[in-house]
Amino acid sequence: MSAELRESETGKASGVPLTLGFIPLVDCAPLVVAKEKGFAAAEGLALSLARETSWANIRDRVMVGHFDAAHMLGPMPIASTLGLGHVEAPMIAPFSLSLGGNAITLSTALFAAMQQAGAQLDSPPAAMGQALAKVVARRAERGDAPLVFATVHPFSSHNYELRYWLASAGIDPDRDVRLVVLPPSLMVDAALERQVDGFCVGEPWNSLAAQKGAGVIAVTKSALWRQGPEKVLGFRADFAERKPELLAALLRAAYRAAEWAGRAENNAELAELLASPAYVGAPAAVIARALSGRLREAGGDARPIPDFLSFHDNAANFPWQSHSLWFFSQMVRWGQIAYSPALAEKARQVYRPDLYRAALADIGVDLPRASAKVEGALTARTPVASRKGSMMLGPDGFFDGRLFDPDRMEDYLRSFGVDL
Amino acid sequence: MADEDLHILLIDDNAVRATVIEEGLREAGHRRVTVIRDMRELLRQIVEVDPDVIFIDLENPNRDALEQMFQVSRSVRRPVAMFVDQSDTASIEAAIDAGVSAYVVNGLRKERIKPILDMAISRFNAFNRLRDELDRAKQALEDRKIIDKAKGILMKSRDISEEEAYALLRKTAMNESRRVADVARSLITAAKLLG
Repeated sequence: MSAELRESETGKASGVPLTLGFIPLVDCAPLVVAKEKGFAAAEGLALSLARETSWANIRDRVMVGHFDAAHMLGPMPIASTLGLGHVEAPMIAPFSLSLGGNAITLSTALFAAMQQAGAQLDSPPAAMGQALAKVVARRAERGDAPLVFATVHPFSSHNYELRYWLASAGIDPDRDVRLVVLPPSLMVDAALERQVDGFCVGEPWNSLAAQKGAGVIAVTKSALWRQGPEKVLGFRADFAERKPELLAALLRAAYRAAEWAGRAENNAELAELLASPAYVGAPAAVIARALSGRLREAGGDARPIPDFLSFHDNAANFPWQSHSLWFFSQMVRWGQIAYSPALAEKARQVYRPDLYRAALADIGVDLPRASAKVEGALTARTPVASRKGSMMLGPDGFFDGRLFDPDRMEDYLRSFGVDL
Repeated sequence: MADEDLHILLIDDNAVRATVIEEGLREAGHRRVTVIRDMRELLRQIVEVDPDVIFIDLENPNRDALEQMFQVSRSVRRPVAMFVDQSDTASIEAAIDAGVSAYVVNGLRKERIKPILDMAISRFNAFNRLRDELDRAKQALEDRKIIDKAKGILMKSRDISEEEAYALLRKTAMNESRRVADVARSLITAAKLLG
């Protein structure tokens, strides 16, 4: 333990103060649990959680040091490091907070039109996309305005998931429809007022939209890419050099908290915790459904969705560099940045498995030997090489059967028709 | 184009703060200042205004929408960058500390933007101080009412003078290291419970 940490134990304070920013979403759970269930205190940390109103604020407040770390969109520290859409501010992601958890909700009117074109509530993503493509084509023939879809930030997995799904159905996300960004809290009303025809967002917003009759949960992130990366714990890059012990202590607390949050028997208690207005501020019953993966697509019956949201299972907290590289590939695919091997390397290094390993090696946690993997290759639960040999990874396929081999990024991009 | 001819857009649904900032900019000689308070169809409004500099307060959840707009270069005539100068970290920190974010059309020279940015930051800070003072004044007024009520209860139930009642409250507060107003509040709650 560092002098910094020891000192605080003898002092008056109950721990070293750390301020973390978060956005009111179900997947901020590991941070809330770390504070409320004592995992942070056990590491000598006194956490303050600061609720924020925009992802831009999260990034800026980490950048200027208001926050020591934050609940961040996976692509955000990469974009910040590369200076995309913002000033260049190097950031790191040494911990993944969650996999999955998002969904694409379509307005009731749009889904009704898609049902005419053959879609059903339980259609898989490809069939759902084909029905949407028919509706889009018919609207174009009639000269109707393009459909409008909302995501949460230009550098978000939501943006890339929605685009991936649209493009695979032959819909050009930049030409055939209009993509906008809306604050999640405004999405339900925007759908009700028909300002948007659909959106990709995290929970509880899809469930709240379905509950209010504003839309139908048509595609989940887990159906598009099972075990797909989502939120991370983002830091300024220099935090790892300035306060390595604090960073490690926070990762250990987050790990234990994610483990607790991932246990089904804790769902009810976790839902109550998150429901507080200080955190997510949504009904506990709705949050509990997101935690258990039993969403009600159209406000009616729920069917269980495998791996809808993972906080811990399947090495969910490991910051795979194949995840940061996949996000980078999507930035290139959609014209946010021009490809170069040097930039890809810079993006890869934003995710920091080395820091994860260093923090968790001593507490008996099993650690994968590799830092990257071929994404989409597992069709069943598979053992992977790890330190203690006990690590299993679950199925992780993309719905279109593609594989992302991080060592063959250029081939991957060309396969989508990207000119490099 | 003279410096004062830059078109400045302020996005803020807090009418008082918007006025404070707008006045500051106008007093400094900037005549082209537009304020958007209604967030509906925000992007369309921005395109119509076609500003050189945009200020948006950090409480506004539409910041993310704004950043998307700058990504999609087709919807804006000119590319927009955040802040004046990549190297000017002091300005960036000062702005975020004050609770405002600035977006500037690419290519504008730093010396043209800096005074505008500084003015906006100082006005945001002035507004924050004003708000803090107002909050404190409100709190003081509220505390006084509570303390008066608690004194009344003590005077009646223990048949003591107002000075004695206050002294009792203060002594209790000191012993428990709490604020007098907090002790008074507990007393009122307890009195209610006891009927």
